[in-house]
Amino acid sequence: MTKRKMFFRMITASLIRRRSRMLVALLAIAVGATILSGLVTIYYDVPRQMGAAFRNYGANMILLPDAGNGAFNSQTVDEALSLIAADQIVGVAPYRYETVAINEQPILVAGTDMAGAKAASPYWFINGTWPENENELLLGQEVAQILSAGEGDTLTMVYTLSEADEDNPVSQTSEQRFKVVGVLETGGSEEEYVYISMADLEKLTQPAGELDVVELSISASQSELEGYTQTISDRVDGALAKLVKRVTQSESTVLTKLQSLVLLVTIIVLALTMICVATTMTAVVTERRKEIGLRKALGASDASIIWEFMGEGLLLGGVGGLLGAGLGFAFAQAVSVNVFSSSIAFRPLLLPITVIVSILVTGLACILPVRSATEIDPALVLKGE
Amino acid sequence: MSLLELKNVSKIYGDLHALDNVSLKVDTGEWVAIMGPSGSGKSTMMNIIGCMDKPSKGEVLLDGVDISKESAKSLTRIRRDKIGLIFQQFHLVNYLTAVENVMVSQYYHSMPDEKEAMQALERVGLADRAKHLPSQLSGGEQQRVCIARALINYPELLLADEPTGNLDEANENIVLDIFSQLHKEGTTLVVVTHDPEVAEVAQRTITLGHGKIMKDMINENFGR
Ligand SMILES: Nc1ncnc2c1ncn2[C@@H]1O[C@H](COP(=O)(O)OP(=O)(O)OP(=O)(O)O)[C@@H](O)[C@H]1O
Ligand SMILES: [Mg+2]
Repeated sequence: MTKRKMFFRMITASLIRRRSRMLVALLAIAVGATILSGLVTIYYDVPRQMGAAFRNYGANMILLPDAGNGAFNSQTVDEALSLIAADQIVGVAPYRYETVAINEQPILVAGTDMAGAKAASPYWFINGTWPENENELLLGQEVAQILSAGEGDTLTMVYTLSEADEDNPVSQTSEQRFKVVGVLETGGSEEEYVYISMADLEKLTQPAGELDVVELSISASQSELEGYTQTISDRVDGALAKLVKRVTQSESTVLTKLQSLVLLVTIIVLALTMICVATTMTAVVTERRKEIGLRKALGASDASIIWEFMGEGLLLGGVGGLLGAGLGFAFAQAVSVNVFSSSIAFRPLLLPITVIVSILVTGLACILPVRSATEIDPALVLKGE
Repeated sequence: MSLLELKNVSKIYGDLHALDNVSLKVDTGEWVAIMGPSGSGKSTMMNIIGCMDKPSKGEVLLDGVDISKESAKSLTRIRRDKIGLIFQQFHLVNYLTAVENVMVSQYYHSMPDEKEAMQALERVGLADRAKHLPSQLSGGEQQRVCIARALINYPELLLADEPTGNLDEANENIVLDIFSQLHKEGTTLVVVTHDPEVAEVAQRTITLGHGKIMKDMINENFGR
């Protein structure tokens, strides 16, 4: 039998046959490793989760016309979107605003892409349904009050193509009839508009006009977003990109705070694990003073004593880490499902990292107790204690 | 030639002379019993001879090497290479089986060899108990495991401090039989004991009192 085999036989025998004591240390390490791997998973997943959650609060970037630098139309928007990673785009809502008359009252109408508006502004509350067909409209709550109209009513929109002047005594207008299918409640200025599809607006105004603003909801980090605004403004003629500061900043503030909290908790838990392991190991060394004295009396060098105890500690660290990596993922999954109601993908890299960190933490925790083991006097075994 | 020589050795704790100017020679192959009342310095002497402690004064020559001048590290090496230790409290590693306990000694000395360890257990009549843990062995059996462990590396000097102190008559006889066999094979034995019967079977009996050698006599009846 080789020395190494005997070494492993001794340390595994110590762990297996002296279960009760080592179980405490193992438990401490496993709990520490669980929280470590769980929190690290959450730490890396939180931006994605939070981003998704924040996308509920509406657009975080807008595109505006860059006056005098080219047209701002759907082609410009497509060009800008091609600069953003497709899987990060949550919603795109182009808006073109015109003033029309409904029941002789001047009303602001917004032409948009209904599906895009729905995706970019998930918080919009609709009484009724979103317009799906031609000549259907969505009425802002305030406009609904002004017109005393509601779901199911039919409204006629009049658009002035050209004002009456000396040459044309009669002003030219176009007219379209719309059916109200929903009333929009947001609590904000969105309620002051009437929403129709871009195609309907173009039918009303005849020549295709330019867009006024495009709202984008993008699932990306603050720095990525900043990069996108820069490249779009630089590379796309006719468009300027801006971040909606109110949304992006609160998102990144919450994120930074949450991540530092997670980091802090992880460090505290690791420190506690270390203290627990160090305490257990100190108790173990005290408990095994006689055995250590005996081993020294049999000719064990300080180095072999250190390696035997370290070996036990590191083996515990490895097993605890392995347990913790698995449990930690389950823990992170549970948190994710309960808090963010979405699941997390397992990160294979986390397994070796958790195991290595557990081994390191245990090793560190063992240094002092193991050093004290070498100070035990072999003569103590001859004393009939 | 003497295997062990103590020259004016003293061990002083504060103003207590646990050993007081002791001089002593033990020849290779000799079987020496050390007697004396409690507190007379027997264990102190064993610790010094066993390279686990250093004298306050004097020289201790083991195989011609003055171990009173060696560093703790080389004392460990000398202890490992030359000395077999047997204690009153059996001192086995409680989570290792009998054969593994014997192998621990091989492990620190050179190479663990399960077959050889089994042979050592056979020699003390414990082959069928090899896979038992110390808690599953009787006191006498445990002490025999200790003897097997002390013998496994063929030490030049076997030191035993009260080896039969916790044993009944029958087990005491088994242990003494093993000692006498070892003596026949040429092992040098130094055995501390309170028990006159254990001292009687040795070749020579040294009696300590207050840290001094009071009597040093050859046993006329030795071997009979
Ligand atoms: N580390 C120590 N510090 C102080 N005094 C000690 C120490 N070790 C031993 N002594 C003292 O030295 C004297 C001799 O002790 P020793 O252990 O050698 O006695 P002993 O002959 O083995 O006794 P026993 O038969 O009871 O085992 C005792 O008075 C003891 O109190
Ligand atoms: Mg004693």
